[in-house]
Amino acid sequence: MSAFSGQNSPLVSLRDVRFAYGEREVLRGIDLSVHRGQVIAIMGGSGCGKTTLLRLIGGQLRASGGTVEVEGRNLARLSGSELYALRRRMGMLFQFGALFTDMNVFDNVAFPMREHTALPADMIRDLVLMKLQAVGLRGAAALHPTELSGGMARRVALARAVALDPMLILYDEPFAGLDPISLGIIGQLIRRLNDALGASSVMVTHDVHESLEIVDYIYFVSDGRIVAKGTPDEIRASTDPFVHQFVNAEADGPVPFHYPAPPIDSLLGREGA
Amino acid sequence: MNAIAAALRRIGALTIDGIWRLGFITRFLFAVLMHSGQSLRRIHLTIRELYFSGVLSLLIIVVSGLFVGLVLGLQGYDILQRYGSSDAVGVMVALSLLRELGPVIAALLFASRAGSAITAEIGLMKTTEQLKAMDMMAVNPIARVVAPRFWGGVLSMPLLAALFSAMGIFGGWLITVAVIGVDDGAFWSQMQAAVEFEYDVMNGVIKSAVFGTVVSLIAVFEGYDCQPTAEGVSRAITRTVVTSALAILALDFVLTSFMFRG
Repeated sequence: MSAFSGQNSPLVSLRDVRFAYGEREVLRGIDLSVHRGQVIAIMGGSGCGKTTLLRLIGGQLRASGGTVEVEGRNLARLSGSELYALRRRMGMLFQFGALFTDMNVFDNVAFPMREHTALPADMIRDLVLMKLQAVGLRGAAALHPTELSGGMARRVALARAVALDPMLILYDEPFAGLDPISLGIIGQLIRRLNDALGASSVMVTHDVHESLEIVDYIYFVSDGRIVAKGTPDEIRASTDPFVHQFVNAEADGPVPFHYPAPPIDSLLGREGA
Repeated sequence: MNAIAAALRRIGALTIDGIWRLGFITRFLFAVLMHSGQSLRRIHLTIRELYFSGVLSLLIIVVSGLFVGLVLGLQGYDILQRYGSSDAVGVMVALSLLRELGPVIAALLFASRAGSAITAEIGLMKTTEQLKAMDMMAVNPIARVVAPRFWGGVLSMPLLAALFSAMGIFGGWLITVAVIGVDDGAFWSQMQAAVEFEYDVMNGVIKSAVFGTVVSLIAVFEGYDCQPTAEGVSRAITRTVVTSALAILALDFVLTSFMFRG
């Protein structure tokens, strides 16, 4: 591992990654890398395979072709316990938080610490309150997940994801379904926590404008391929038709409005007309 | 012809699917057993589940046991007094409860009270990605969520069945001795003489341990295996109750035919 852990080698690198659910090919050759300290966004329409990409990086799915490397280690070659050892240094924020509903906020954040460390209870208490302070919810420690708003639940989940100071944080649609204020808070937290922890972050999202504010690099995925990439400034200046359609939220363009179907005339029996 | 072929194909598919599921659930059982170390080392995890599936089932078990005993007492007295042997009603109540009704009815109640709750809880944890989140935190959900619930069920079932039988016998005593007026001494002494600890009591305990294992396994499996949607969870709960009931009754026949052949 030490041979790969130089500061210049990417923390995550995907080379020609392919993936299919049964017959349906979702990813058709993805090349992507995340350098240390970076926050990158993977963007694309719903169902374009970007969440699959995140699951491949987290080792929840195995690529059917190509290699996925985290810290220079090929995930396909790791045993179950090696993968778990790697995951202890990853945090993941799920789309709706995925907080444990049988525990309160405090216990949710303490969960990874209690499972993976032998720290005494008072130290865990201090650490949990520090994490909650970082997301602004120290006062909510005793609340139950059902008592939280969507944005608060996402912040608690974020505190839980960084409970063990991970080197890599994965975000699955961190902005989905949030009001503008919560959305801005989550965006700032993602950037701040990443920099404070010296971690790297991969974010899957379709929220262009919030992402352009906080990330270092953006990949656009469409139809299982990377169709555009660049820094936020490059993306804003891009003349690529896909990027243009996406950034300006146009209904039709390289991404068609219609799901593939036979012409409507044939359906209405007007072929000859 | 086509209809026959289609029907045959359907039967074939159902058979293959059934066998496949049986294999899958067996592998799942091995996985649960393999990852049971934690639920025994961190015993508070299992004790918590013992509380949820055992202690919280107490009310339904105690009340049902009492009523079953009351009915057994009435019916037993009605039949036995025709032959002038109403004193033997204690024996009848005790044997039917210890051998059959205690383990079977307690297990059926347990499946619908605790089994369905376990399936629903695990199924909802799956639906809301809690299991995946746990897995991403390098905590094995089978070890942390499934195994403690499985052991909680396995351990509480024999205790609940014993309590059910005890309440039933009390109910039988209440109706026949206290209300109808059967002789108190005859009720207990005939029971003491006729009930053998190893033969009657222990076989009942073995039965309830088997039922507890099967119901708990079905409950955790259906929850873990469910489709992660609202409809999938509801179907999984139904399957838990139906499959458990069938398994309990079929296994009861098999066990009885081995245990009590006269």
